[in-house]
Amino acid sequence: MYKSIFFLILFILQSNLFASEVNKHPEAKETLEADRQLGEVNIYSARKEALIKPLLDIFTEKTGIPVNLVTGDADELIQRLEAEGRNTPADLLLTVDVARLHRAKQNGLLQTVSSDILEQVVPDEYRDPEGYWYGLSLRSRVIVYAPDRVKPEELSSYGSYEGLAEPVWKGRLCVRSSSNPYNQSLVAAMMENDGKENTEKWARGLVSNFARSPKGGDRDQITAVAAGQCDVALVNTYYLAGMLHSSQEEERALAKKVRLFWPNQSGRGAHVNVSGAGVIKTAAHVTEAVKLLEFMVSAEAQAWYAEQNNEYPVRQGIRVSDTLSQWGDFKADTLNLGVLGKHNAEAINLMDRVGWK
Amino acid sequence: MSATSINIEVCRPAGIPIHTLLIKRWDFWLVLVAIILSLPILVVFGSLFSPEVEIWKHLYETVLFEYIVNSLLLMTGVGALALITGVIPAWLVTMYRFPGSQVLEWALLLPLAMPAYITAYTYTGIFDIAGPVQTGLRNITGWQYRDYWFPDIRSPGGAIFILSSVLYPYVYLLARAAFIEQSICVLEVARTLGCNSIRAFFKIALPLARPSIIAGLSLVLMETLADYGTVQYFGIATFTTGIFRTWFGLGNSAAAAQLSALMMLFVMLLILLEHRSRHRQRYHHTSTRYSTLLQKKLLPGPAITAAIICSIPVVVGFLVPFGFLLQWAWQTYPHVVDTSFFDLVAHSVLLAGVSALLALFLALFMASGKRLYPSPPASLSIRFAGMGYAIPGTVIAVGVMLPFAWVDNTVDLWLRSAFGISSGLLLSGTLFVLIFAYLVRFLAVSLNTVEAALARIKPSIDEAGRCAGYHSLTLLRKVHIPMMRGSLLTAVLLVFVDVLKELPATLILRPFNFNTLAVRTFELANEERLADAACSALAIVLAGIIPVILISNTISRSRPGHDHRT
Repeated sequence: MYKSIFFLILFILQSNLFASEVNKHPEAKETLEADRQLGEVNIYSARKEALIKPLLDIFTEKTGIPVNLVTGDADELIQRLEAEGRNTPADLLLTVDVARLHRAKQNGLLQTVSSDILEQVVPDEYRDPEGYWYGLSLRSRVIVYAPDRVKPEELSSYGSYEGLAEPVWKGRLCVRSSSNPYNQSLVAAMMENDGKENTEKWARGLVSNFARSPKGGDRDQITAVAAGQCDVALVNTYYLAGMLHSSQEEERALAKKVRLFWPNQSGRGAHVNVSGAGVIKTAAHVTEAVKLLEFMVSAEAQAWYAEQNNEYPVRQGIRVSDTLSQWGDFKADTLNLGVLGKHNAEAINLMDRVGWK
Repeated sequence: MSATSINIEVCRPAGIPIHTLLIKRWDFWLVLVAIILSLPILVVFGSLFSPEVEIWKHLYETVLFEYIVNSLLLMTGVGALALITGVIPAWLVTMYRFPGSQVLEWALLLPLAMPAYITAYTYTGIFDIAGPVQTGLRNITGWQYRDYWFPDIRSPGGAIFILSSVLYPYVYLLARAAFIEQSICVLEVARTLGCNSIRAFFKIALPLARPSIIAGLSLVLMETLADYGTVQYFGIATFTTGIFRTWFGLGNSAAAAQLSALMMLFVMLLILLEHRSRHRQRYHHTSTRYSTLLQKKLLPGPAITAAIICSIPVVVGFLVPFGFLLQWAWQTYPHVVDTSFFDLVAHSVLLAGVSALLALFLALFMASGKRLYPSPPASLSIRFAGMGYAIPGTVIAVGVMLPFAWVDNTVDLWLRSAFGISSGLLLSGTLFVLIFAYLVRFLAVSLNTVEAALARIKPSIDEAGRCAGYHSLTLLRKVHIPMMRGSLLTAVLLVFVDVLKELPATLILRPFNFNTLAVRTFELANEERLADAACSALAIVLAGIIPVILISNTISRSRPGHDHRT
């Protein structure tokens, strides 16, 4: 008696669950036939749904190409691609950190694509030399500081990545954990620019300047500067912009207490990372995937990124958001981003050795 | 022992009736199902055979010691705190009447509905340097940040506080179920022998409830060990964060799997030690006489003390974070709640419901199988199948993904070569795989609960049932299930709420265009947009509260003999 009821419930629930999925995607039934005429793009995206879906909807509206999306952590998506092998439904991998694109390329998951539009629009340093991946938007890792506690001459003398390891910042610096990909990419860039030994020495100095053991995200570092726990912090640009535009008044008030400083402007320029994408090796919809990539670097999409998430466009001549233009132009490091991925594991080992938690 | 087995032989009706295949080979099916469910765990263990020497050397020289110390520290702290906040209120609300005791009975379960990382985010928001507490302090006193000392919420101590405040309900739930099911006669005998109520608690009730309390505690410890969200946010390097770092940062999945395998070995060791320490003690009730549990009305002084003691966990674990979520949700719901939001709710509830029922079914099947047809392979395979709870969801997810993808690709390859057609991925990327992963991860929850409940049923009842001519399934249906109704519902509830909150496996295994409340909450909270995440977090909590209250009522009514007496 119990059991039959139990099975009945089970059956109903299950059929509901799966039925709802099929109904929602009537096209899924005829994928094979529909593929040829209509086409679709299947994306594995490390960019969160809220920051990509609206753009994909515009793409579908314009081209009639439906887009299917799974979001997740880049490394987990790469793992999934590897497990699924040549039968993976994915056509495109989208990440928010260049090291992960490099890893996907390294593990043989991507294919080269060439497109005049992509090659024209995306500057050399922001795409793979062979065309395995293309950068879609830029973010810089910069210094934020408390204007009431940091003297201008301190910034002019020690306002660089290297300078942050100097004793003048002892007990005044906040940075998030070394588990964070942005920090890993920054250290990888330092290894390429300054050499491995110097970077290790530098990281030791940096860690000895920490005001607290690393915790929280980039917004937390900004908050700590605003509240007085530290005087300077290393954060990505769009986090500060996001706080300035927050729907919460307290958060806006905190963000207004800090200022942005572009590091290394007299030298190689500020460290830059990209969000980008590459076409999967076994993709069934290469044409559609490339079309989507081309759309992502179109003026419209680039303006959307700049406006919605305060990222810097890869395309020249796009009007950035008011907040970004207020920070002015900056000199960016022209290091080809492919090398960041190469040094990623080494960077983590280095950070483990110097005690960067 | 030998006397009872002879009895069974004598009692068994002559001529074996035609059993179904299931009953006849119950032990076989049990091992088979357990092995299938253990596949992901075996995948993880399999990694141990190809050691990554380089990485281990690096880990040993730098961070491994810290991982171990921090994980042990968290487990000890959370375990101790969860025991205190779980057992004492469970005893008080079961045995005594005091103001609010009937509300507290179920309210004490509410923190179960809060995802740990959400509680962590809210408490950080409150107590951190820029939070209302410290800002208020600075405004009142005129101090600057460096002028005063304030406990850092994002520290190991803070993590112990957060984790025990959301995990203690596991201990509370199982302890209370045990206290309710206990025979009052034993306690009355204790009284007549001169035990006061405190002595009776420590000498009689607590030892008798031990299997249940330990079952709850082991859930707490496993969950602590597998927690990623909280420790990651608090910047505490534990085994779990180490696994993620090794895997994702260093890109070495083999070494990461080896770390997880070590962690599992540690959990197995703990379980083994606990079993050993019980020796040959038995915990089932020896009396079949259940008089009505008379709750003693407390005098005003003790009553207020009891009310305060029992309220603290509810306020800390639920009301405070819930209040903040409510306030944030109020600010943000206009631009967050739309039609797609209700899809999220439906997805979450359906996934949780299906998984919870399946988990209960499997737990009943395995626990009863082990009881009725005990054998070393059965016990061992059950232990293995229940290991998933201690493993971080991501590791489970990959452990699930690999074998399924392998099967799919093998079938596809065979079809291609034999018939020239491609089947693609049949199971990978479907909800089937996701639900399977939930089962692997949360089976321990229902298994522990069902096993603890079965342990409290005397073997002589089985023997009596056999004598009455019941075969195993009938025995289970007519005797065991009605006797442990409360515990079974508890098992369903726990898995339901756990799946509702589950994140890593959902994130990595779900199909295209399929989101749940937990995924949405995480994506926004992870961007540090806590206010925007509040609506979906609140929906998780609300969806979890309703079953919590329902089941709490059932447990109250689950006392044996209750139906006949009232």
